[in-house]
Amino acid sequence: MKRTRALLAAGATSVLLLTACGGSGFDDQGSGGGQQTSGPAKLQVLIGSSGQAETNAVTQAADAWAKSAGDSVTVTAASDLNQQLAQGFASSNPPDVFYVGSDTVASYASNGSLLAYGDELKDKDDFYPNLRDAFTVDGEFYCAPKDFSTLALVIDEKAWQAAGLTDADVPTTWDQLASVAQRLTTGGRTGLVTSSEFQRLGVFAAQAGGSLVTDGKATASSAQMVQGLTYVKSLLANGSMKFAADVGAGDGTEALGTGKAAMTIEGNWIVGGVASSYPDLQYKVVKLPAGPAGPATFTYTNCWGIAADSKNQAAAKQLVEAMTSSDQQLTFAKAFGVMPSVQSAADGFRQQFPAQAAFIDSAADAQALPNEAGVSDVITDLNSKLEGLGTGDPQQILDATQQNLEAALK
Amino acid sequence: MTTQQKTATVTARTGRNRFARQQAAAGWLFTLPALVLVALFVGLPVLMAAWVSVSGWRGRGSPFSGDVPFVGLDNYQTLLAGGGLATQDLGTALRNNLWYVLLVVPTQTVVALLLAVAVNQRALKGRGFFRTAFYFPSVTSSVAIVVVFLFLFGASGAVNQVIGWFGVNGPNWFADPRGVLHLLLGVVGVDSGGALADHDVLGISLWEWLAGPSVAMSALIILAVFTTSGTFMLLFLAGLQNISAEVGEAATVDGASAWQRLRYVTVPMLRPVLFTVLTLGLVGTWQVFDQVYTGTQGGPAKTTITPAYLSYTASFEQQQWGQGAAIAFLLFFIIVVLTVVQRAFLRDNR
Repeated sequence: MKRTRALLAAGATSVLLLTACGGSGFDDQGSGGGQQTSGPAKLQVLIGSSGQAETNAVTQAADAWAKSAGDSVTVTAASDLNQQLAQGFASSNPPDVFYVGSDTVASYASNGSLLAYGDELKDKDDFYPNLRDAFTVDGEFYCAPKDFSTLALVIDEKAWQAAGLTDADVPTTWDQLASVAQRLTTGGRTGLVTSSEFQRLGVFAAQAGGSLVTDGKATASSAQMVQGLTYVKSLLANGSMKFAADVGAGDGTEALGTGKAAMTIEGNWIVGGVASSYPDLQYKVVKLPAGPAGPATFTYTNCWGIAADSKNQAAAKQLVEAMTSSDQQLTFAKAFGVMPSVQSAADGFRQQFPAQAAFIDSAADAQALPNEAGVSDVITDLNSKLEGLGTGDPQQILDATQQNLEAALK
Repeated sequence: MTTQQKTATVTARTGRNRFARQQAAAGWLFTLPALVLVALFVGLPVLMAAWVSVSGWRGRGSPFSGDVPFVGLDNYQTLLAGGGLATQDLGTALRNNLWYVLLVVPTQTVVALLLAVAVNQRALKGRGFFRTAFYFPSVTSSVAIVVVFLFLFGASGAVNQVIGWFGVNGPNWFADPRGVLHLLLGVVGVDSGGALADHDVLGISLWEWLAGPSVAMSALIILAVFTTSGTFMLLFLAGLQNISAEVGEAATVDGASAWQRLRYVTVPMLRPVLFTVLTLGLVGTWQVFDQVYTGTQGGPAKTTITPAYLSYTASFEQQQWGQGAAIAFLLFFIIVVLTVVQRAFLRDNR
C-alpha cells in the first residue's frame, strides 16, 4: 500500500517535471509574418553599451520618442551582445532593434536575421557614403549607421614639446612620421605605439592604396598592401614604433596615458578613455599622414539593426529615424562622445568639439573594413600573424591571408 | 530430493525473486527523478546538438523547423578536410590543447599526490591549515584567479620582477606567441623544421605541431596546475586514509625507504584513485574554456584557442552553428577515446 503511494508520488513528480520543461519549445514560426497592426507597439531595444552614459542617453531618447509616438520602448544594455542576439534569433523572439557592428552585419544578413530597411529611410542620402557601404551586403542597404569613428594620430603634447617639435612638424607624409617618431623615442618612451591588429596597422596599407578586398575580389597580397606593412616593419625595426603588448599596455590609449608612447593611432573613444583614466594627459589630435597613394584612414561604425522576426517593424523604423536624426545624434555626441553618422551634423560636431576636428575631417578619406561574410575571421587570423610582423615577412603574411580570403569570398 | 523439499526451494526462490523484483522497482523509482532530469538537461540537449552538427542551421529560428536543411557530414568535412581557415583553426586549437593536456595532467597529478602525502603526515603540525591553503584555489572563482594571473604575468608584473632579481629578462607572458619547444630547439640551433615544414596535418605543418605551448599558454598551464591540484589532493587524501598504517609499517620492517614505500606500496594501492584523478584531469583539460574566454580570448596569435573556445566563437560570433556543434562532438570523441585508452593502461592485470 505504502509502496503504491510512493510510486504514484514519484510518477506524478516526473510527469510534472516533464510538463514543466515541455511547453512549446520549438514552435515552427514562419519569418516576418504576423506584423502587429493596431494598438501601441512594445519595442525591445538591445544595445552593446560603452557605459552608463551611453545607456542613459539612449534610454532617454527612446523614452522621448515613445511618448510622442504613443508606444513603449524598453532599452536593455547587453552584457554580451553577440550572445544575447544569438539567443534572440534562435528563439524567433529577438529584440526589435539592436546594435550591429559592421564586421558582423554580413553574418546576420546571411542567415536572414536582419531586415533590410536602409533604402526606405527618408534621409538615407544624409549618411556618409562609406558608412552606407559598410552596411550594404550584396547590394542591399541593411541598416542605418548609428554613429562612427575614424582613426587619427594622437600626440602627447608634453613629449612633443620636450623633443623640440612645433605645430609645423606635424607629420603629413610617411617620411615625416618616421622622423618625428624617431625624435620622440627616448628612454622608456617609444615614438609610436599601436596595438598590433590590422584594425590599426591597416591604415598604412590603405595609405599605400592597398585594400583586403577590391570589387569583391581578394587583394590582400597586392604590392600596395605589402608596401604598407613593409613601412610599418621598418618603423618597428629601428625601434621608433612598438606594439602596445610589447610595452605592457592593453591598447594605444593606455600606452599614451602611461607615458610609454608619444604618439598612437586611435579613434575618438580615446577622449573618454583619457578623461576617465589619465585626466592630466595633454594631447592633440591630428589627421594621419598621407601615404604614397594619398590620405586614408579606417572608419568603425555600428548600425541600428531591425530583426526580420520583429512584430513591430514599422514602429522600429520610426524609432531608428528618430535616433539617427541630426539633432539627436548631436545630443548623443555630447552625452558619450560619438560622431554623428549624418553629414548634416558635421559642422555642429566641429563647433561642439573643436579639439576633435581631425576625427571628423578624416571622414572623407575613411574606408570601412570589408564586411563580406567570413572576412572578419580572416582578419582575426591576419591579426594573429601581425603580432610577429617585427621579425616576419610582410609578403609571406599577406600571401597566407590572400589564400584564406579567397576561400572566404568563394 | 523429495517433492516436499522441491516445493520448499521453489517457494523460497520465488519469494526471493519477488523480493528482488520489488527491490529493483524501488531502486528505479527512487532514481527516476534524477534520471528524468539527466535525460532532459543532458541527454536531450546532446541529441539536439547532434542534429545541429549535421544540419545547415544558421542561428535563426528553431533548428528543428522544416526549412533547416540536413547537410550530412558537411560540417565535419569542412572542419577536418576543408583545408580552409576552419581546418587550420581546428588544427591550431587541437595542437594548443594537446600540449596543454600533456603538461597539465601529469603535473597536476604528481603535485596533488605529493601534497596529499605531505598533509597526510601525522607528524605535521597544523595539517588543517595546510589542507585548507592547498585546497583554497580550487574553490575560488576561476575568473578571479585568471584576473590575478593577468596581473602577475604582465610585462612588468610580479613574476617578471622576481625573475628579474636573478638577472633574467622575463617575457611578456600573455602577449608572447612563441612556442616553448621552438625556443628550446632554437637554443640548440634548430630554427626551422626542414622537411617537417612541408607536411601538413589539419592545415598545420608538423613543425608548427612541434611548437610546444606558447609562452602565453604556459602561463595558463601554471594557472591550471595551481587551481586543480587542491581538488585532486583531496581525492588522494581520501585514498590515503583508506590505506591502513600497518601496510606502511610492514614495508618499513622489511627495510623499505620512504621513497620505496611511496613507489611500491602507496601508489599501487592508490590505483583506483589515480584512475579517477587522471580521467577527471583529462576530461577537464580537454574542455578548457573559461580561462581562455576571460583571459586571452585565444590570443596571442591564436596560441591559446582551444576546441571548446573555438566551438563558442564559431557559433556565437560567426553564426556557424553547425560547425560549432561539430567541433564539440569531435572533442567528445577525442575525450572518450583517450579515456578508454587510459583505462586499458591502468587496468589491474592481476
